[in-house]
Amino acid sequence: MALATEPTRNGIAPAMSADVVIRMEGVQKWYDQFQVLKDIDLEVHRGERIVICGPSGSGKSTLIRCINQLERHQKGRITVNGVELGPHHRQLDLVRREVGMVFQSFNLFPHLTVLENCMLAPLKVRGTTKAEAKATAMRYLERVRIPEQADKYPGQLSGGQQQRVAIARSLCMNPKVMLFDEPTSALDPEMVKEVLDTMIGLAEDGMTMLCVTHEMGFAKSVAHRVIFMDRGEIVEQNTPEEFFTAPKSERTRSFLGQILAH
Amino acid sequence: MIRAFGYNEFLFLLSAVQWTLMLSVIAFIGGGIVGLFVALGRTSDVKPLRLLATGYIQLFQGTPLLMQLFLVFFGATVIGIDMSPWVAAAVGLTLNTSAFLGEIWRGCIQSVPRGQWEAASSLGLRYPGLMRYVILPQAVKVAVPPTVGYLVQVIKGTSLAAIIGFVELTRAGQIVNNATFQPFLVFGIVAAIYFALCWPLSLLSQRLEARYAAPSR
Repeated sequence: MALATEPTRNGIAPAMSADVVIRMEGVQKWYDQFQVLKDIDLEVHRGERIVICGPSGSGKSTLIRCINQLERHQKGRITVNGVELGPHHRQLDLVRREVGMVFQSFNLFPHLTVLENCMLAPLKVRGTTKAEAKATAMRYLERVRIPEQADKYPGQLSGGQQQRVAIARSLCMNPKVMLFDEPTSALDPEMVKEVLDTMIGLAEDGMTMLCVTHEMGFAKSVAHRVIFMDRGEIVEQNTPEEFFTAPKSERTRSFLGQILAH
Repeated sequence: MIRAFGYNEFLFLLSAVQWTLMLSVIAFIGGGIVGLFVALGRTSDVKPLRLLATGYIQLFQGTPLLMQLFLVFFGATVIGIDMSPWVAAAVGLTLNTSAFLGEIWRGCIQSVPRGQWEAASSLGLRYPGLMRYVILPQAVKVAVPPTVGYLVQVIKGTSLAAIIGFVELTRAGQIVNNATFQPFLVFGIVAAIYFALCWPLSLLSQRLEARYAAPSR
């Protein structure tokens, strides 16, 4: 669907609408009999920032996990950066190296130092030199403001620090798109802000972002578009202003009522 | 005529230990290499590989080691290969060990959280790199104590090679006993030697387990 208004927040607007990074057409997915994604259509433009919210089990995580094929869809088409995801590994590799993902549980490699975590994929997937991989890693660790932790192991860091390392690790692959799967849900409350600040910094640099999150403050201040999912469907999508002040569907209203009540 | 059990007999037993150890090392190295592939097959996404590895493990875990040695030893003769007891024992023990190590290591690989596979895949690592740099290094930590522990089983298992005529510690015991006819003394010493080989490994396994059970760095 077309955007209700042209997003121009922070002076960054997605270029022409032809500049589509992710396109999902009629995507359907089942777990056995249970349908988790029902006929999903979605276009994500370059530089666009989308927040996906919805009750648990609504399929929001599954949706973004289909984009880099951590979950396989059974019907429909997903095109990322012009590459259609098919059964061949080559296409999957092309997509995965351009799409970064940040997980709820960080998933840092515990046997590697922070620096090694960040260098692994550039070295082994992109084949960059060690010096280059290290320079890139340090640059992004500085960007997430923890270069001094480079030689520590993930287990020695706080949750917030680990999540920032995870973001840096993804950025080291220089992705075109970043997917965030509830990045702050596993954090202690006092650490949520440092991770959100890092994400806001990324947004300001024009990164294309898809975030599954319940941080509505983040959605309001950063997203061009908020998508509400329920029972495997995209129920509503709109600019944050419209979404929070004038939700169209009853399901959205009741969801917002529940999460904004306290 | 019956000989007395003396110093020479004892030395003969001790020198047979080298064959027990050599057979154990070969079974362990060979079994480790084959076992790694069995474990990878067992945890594979490819169903035929998984079934094949499962069948392999079931076959060797579900039949006695002695029968496996017999089948290798006499089976080779049936298909026209003249296999020495030495080779037959090495092959039989390797196959048997690979099935058990494969199953132990399957559990270790699967103990690495799913999120690690997902993070590595999402960074673009394909199966070989993902296994080599992310999953196996973590699985190894879990695998060391039970693997050292299983080495004890391998050493004891080599005693069955005596039955197909390979002269290792147990067979040496039989030979000495036939000459001295002091079974309690002879086999008591044989058992004590096995114990001296295995006990340190059991202790090591327990210590490693305690060390790896400690919170990670």
